[in-house]
Amino acid sequence: MATQHEIELMDSAARAQQATEDALRGERMIINMGPSHPSTHGVLRLVLELDGEEIVNVWPDVGYLHRGDEKIAENMTWTQFIPYTDRLDYLAPLANNVAYAYAVEKLIGITVPPRCQYIRVICSELARISSHLLGIGCFGMDVGALTIFLYTFKEREKIHDMCECICGARFTTSYTRIGGLANDMPPEFLPMLRKFLQELPATIDEVDKLLTRNKIFTERTRGIGILKKEDAINLGVTGPNLRGSGVEWDIRKAHPYGGYENFEFEVPVGTVGDCYDRYLCRMEEMRQSIRILQQAVDKMPGGEWNAPEAKIVLPEKKAVLTKMEELIHHFINVTQGINVPPGEVYFSAENPKGELGFYIVSKGGGTPHRLKIRAPSFVNLQAVPLMAKGHMIADLVAILASIDFVMGECDR
Amino acid sequence: MQLNLEQFGGTLSEARGETTIRLPREKLLDACRHLKNECGFVMLTDIAGVDNYSEHPRFEVVYHLYSFTRRCWLRLKVGVPEDDLEVDSVTHLWRTADWHEREAFDMYGIRFRNHPDLKRILMWDGYPYYPLRKDFPLAGMDAELRDAEAGAGKAEAAPMHGGPFVAGPGERPSSRREPRQYDTTAEQQEKLK
Repeated sequence: MATQHEIELMDSAARAQQATEDALRGERMIINMGPSHPSTHGVLRLVLELDGEEIVNVWPDVGYLHRGDEKIAENMTWTQFIPYTDRLDYLAPLANNVAYAYAVEKLIGITVPPRCQYIRVICSELARISSHLLGIGCFGMDVGALTIFLYTFKEREKIHDMCECICGARFTTSYTRIGGLANDMPPEFLPMLRKFLQELPATIDEVDKLLTRNKIFTERTRGIGILKKEDAINLGVTGPNLRGSGVEWDIRKAHPYGGYENFEFEVPVGTVGDCYDRYLCRMEEMRQSIRILQQAVDKMPGGEWNAPEAKIVLPEKKAVLTKMEELIHHFINVTQGINVPPGEVYFSAENPKGELGFYIVSKGGGTPHRLKIRAPSFVNLQAVPLMAKGHMIADLVAILASIDFVMGECDR
Repeated sequence: MQLNLEQFGGTLSEARGETTIRLPREKLLDACRHLKNECGFVMLTDIAGVDNYSEHPRFEVVYHLYSFTRRCWLRLKVGVPEDDLEVDSVTHLWRTADWHEREAFDMYGIRFRNHPDLKRILMWDGYPYYPLRKDFPLAGMDAELRDAEAGAGKAEAAPMHGGPFVAGPGERPSSRREPRQYDTTAEQQEKLK
């Protein structure tokens, strides 16, 4: 009898709670966030449907940075498009250069010498560290930990210095060429990189100490924006976001390209798929990138850094000025562009933000017929509505930061 | 690769280590369902429109699928003739198709049947052209902006020669072409002479 009484009491309590909740459900409000907003990292616009501060629905609106890169690509030579790849994911331009070069090389059917592969691996991993440093710095800043940003930017500055050393530009690198590189790395580059590899772990440890067990940070990220494994795959999410959801899939491991099969590294995987897991994945990926860089520095092969393909790679300037054959090749390569055989190819690389794919259709000749860029940020942003529903606006900021997108790449 | 696609009338070809399947348009949805449920292609990587101007059918929609169990990509292609620009949407199989299909619609004008919300994505609502078509000029075309009534004005075609940022041999050095170095429009007109 007593138990029955207890249940009745609970029922009425539940009813009372329901009644309060119903009273709290009010009028829906539509508000606009962005395109210029500090936490939309560029020009992303979000239309939010709110009930109080709770998000009922989100509609991301992209396209504010659309420059028509794919149209531009159809109107210029294969080599001329390299600077445009800098401006896709402009936080990791070196990685985009590398992905584009490998895509066109796959279409032509050439391989680059080991030294070039190793330099490209260094480029990709430096880009990954640079992008993750910025991603985590901004993540910290968005959820109220301003200090992290200063720590990570100190290290990012060194990466920019290295970019400057290797190709002369700090930001818009345009370092690769079809079949090789713009130039070999200068002799002072490797000592610089060695020094950087010694200094970076200390900063990562500092960030680790400041964030990973920070009460405020964990409260703001744990259990927020959960993306389940099946949803992540169904939404085509890639990169650290997919791995944060517990799918062990890294193109560097699953389909090794450019000599990644020669390197030892682990692929970190999350368990829950919340903002905190995505953060942890990025932290561990930086440590793994350091491992890869260390191996690349130790095993750096000598020899040629351009493929021995006279009709694709620009000849040495000295030879152009003294030899007839080289002069002709130089002239044809510069004026008409590389003659790429007809056909189509899909190549994707594991970029810091996810799978950067190039689907290229060539009808022969010096320009692409169609160049589709499969931008990871574009695809990953589609997951925002699913992740944000039911959370507060402040959580949306954490979710956006944990996706780590770049609008330059999303809008192309 | 064993896929049992004969029932859908697909033709299979391999080049550069990649598998391509060309499908009749009406069988696309059935083939996709089969590939996703029976063959393990659970992830849709990309959808691309292609304009093969002067060929028939003029347009193509190219799908890239990925299977975690087979560890490979698969390319599906369907032709879309210019007079009937409609393909079945695959959004209910892969939710990621939503934005990809909107992009193909935005850039080529290909319509996806049963898409939940087919509207422009990179260009603005009400934009009258399909910019990635081969007959659309590189410079762009004049068009009204979204809020023309609110004074947003017009989008103008880019200057292909003589503009402030277009360089050519024998022209003034770029420092003198830079418009911000002039204080007033009158001064700018004066300098340009």
